[in-house]
Amino acid sequence: MADTQTTAGTPLVAQGDAAKIEARDCNVFYGEKQALRNIALDIKANEVTSFIGPSGCGKSTFLRCLNRMNDIIDGCRVSGSITLDGEDIYHRRIDVVQLRARIGMVFQKPNPFPKSIYENVAYGPRIHGLARNKTDLDEIVHTSLERAGLLGEVKDRMDQPGTGLSGGQQQRLCIARAIAVNPEVILMDEPCSALDPIATAKIEELIDELRENYTIVIVTHSMQQAARVSQRTAFFHLGNLVECNDTEQIFTNPQHKLTQGYITGRFG
Amino acid sequence: MVGHTVRSFEEELNQLTNIIVRMGGLAEAQLAGAIQAIVRRDSDLAARMIAGDARIDEMEQEVHAFTVRLLALRQPFADDLRAIVGALKISAELERIGDYAANVAKRALVLNQAPPVKPVAGIPQMGRLVQEIVNDVLDAYVERDVEKAMAVWRRDKEVDELHTSLFRDLVSVMMEDPRNITPSTHLMFIAKSIERIGDHATNVAETIQFVVKGTSPTERRPKGRDSAFDGEQGDDKA
Repeated sequence: MADTQTTAGTPLVAQGDAAKIEARDCNVFYGEKQALRNIALDIKANEVTSFIGPSGCGKSTFLRCLNRMNDIIDGCRVSGSITLDGEDIYHRRIDVVQLRARIGMVFQKPNPFPKSIYENVAYGPRIHGLARNKTDLDEIVHTSLERAGLLGEVKDRMDQPGTGLSGGQQQRLCIARAIAVNPEVILMDEPCSALDPIATAKIEELIDELRENYTIVIVTHSMQQAARVSQRTAFFHLGNLVECNDTEQIFTNPQHKLTQGYITGRFG
Repeated sequence: MVGHTVRSFEEELNQLTNIIVRMGGLAEAQLAGAIQAIVRRDSDLAARMIAGDARIDEMEQEVHAFTVRLLALRQPFADDLRAIVGALKISAELERIGDYAANVAKRALVLNQAPPVKPVAGIPQMGRLVQEIVNDVLDAYVERDVEKAMAVWRRDKEVDELHTSLFRDLVSVMMEDPRNITPSTHLMFIAKSIERIGDHATNVAETIQFVVKGTSPTERRPKGRDSAFDGEQGDDKA
């Protein structure tokens, strides 16, 4: 495949329609190996954008570029530009810890801290100095748990360990923890792949509610999930962004043969 | 395009296409038989065609059940999704074509009780044209050929024109002799049924475009002037 293939669909939003995140000419190398090629993509505010594609296609790598999680990987090199509200996130003046508060992340496997439910959520706001006193902190913890749809289930056992919750509850706790530092963007890397269908449905419902206040990017292996939760879908293959378009368009009438082949299960 | 990784799904999609093709073949045969029953004044043939419609109805049910199963169990996307929805829609069109053919056969039974009226000759001409159209649209479906489907779609105008001309002939015949009114009225309904079959064939053509390209025709379908309803075009047409 050519290095400079063009992306099908509408990877860039129309002018005047503000993009929350803009990636241009984004290349990622792991040592000698190129993992992403010339990605140009806009992520719209207050929408859910899903990244789909076969394993190793670069979708998680690209997701991790968006809050510089790749910085911690040895030998990983990112070129090109990624901006958040027009500001280059790879600029040397950028405080990465601050950036990751603005662009939070939820991982595949729920990873609560080995602390109480309360402390899991309170940790972030405390280190970022978001609460002036205990009342403020209580307020943030409650609101975050409520927004994550977990408050009702845990309000009587806030002092118990977060690791004692069910998988689905743990994942919602992780979402509450991400929300607590008041992010603008939430990145989710296969957030439901370890959950049962009911817990998955709850997370999907939550994602839909959260997009009112946050911009969400989700990597998923479930095409049905991408179809259910996202407004826009980007399809990656062998490090290229093959197609990006409205989710409805991608799943009813994709423009690129590779997209069509992947979503209908014809990859051989 | 390469086949599905899940081969049984591939087979099911082929099976679905096969049912539609068989159903189409049956509808075609029903129409041909019904028209022959008029031309040859063959009441036995007409009776067989009337009875034959039940099989098409059964096949439509078969397609319904099959498509619902595929949607639920395979959760198809993109061209697969369109192929399945398309099959569902086409089966409904073919079922209606079968109904109209049965209706033509029923009226053939009645016509055979009375002496023939002259404009009856126009029926096989219209019938041949519509049979060709149905045949072509089924070929286009099997071949997934949008160009061929659109040719059918445009050709329906010829059917409308034949229908209008036959309508006028029948009105004249009725005015000549009131004894012609009963058989002529039946012929009018027969002509209308055949004309409607042409319309359903154009719906199939539109569905083929949807299945293949995911779009609907953008131009307006050319239409002949429709019988006596000058200025009121299209009446109940899709």
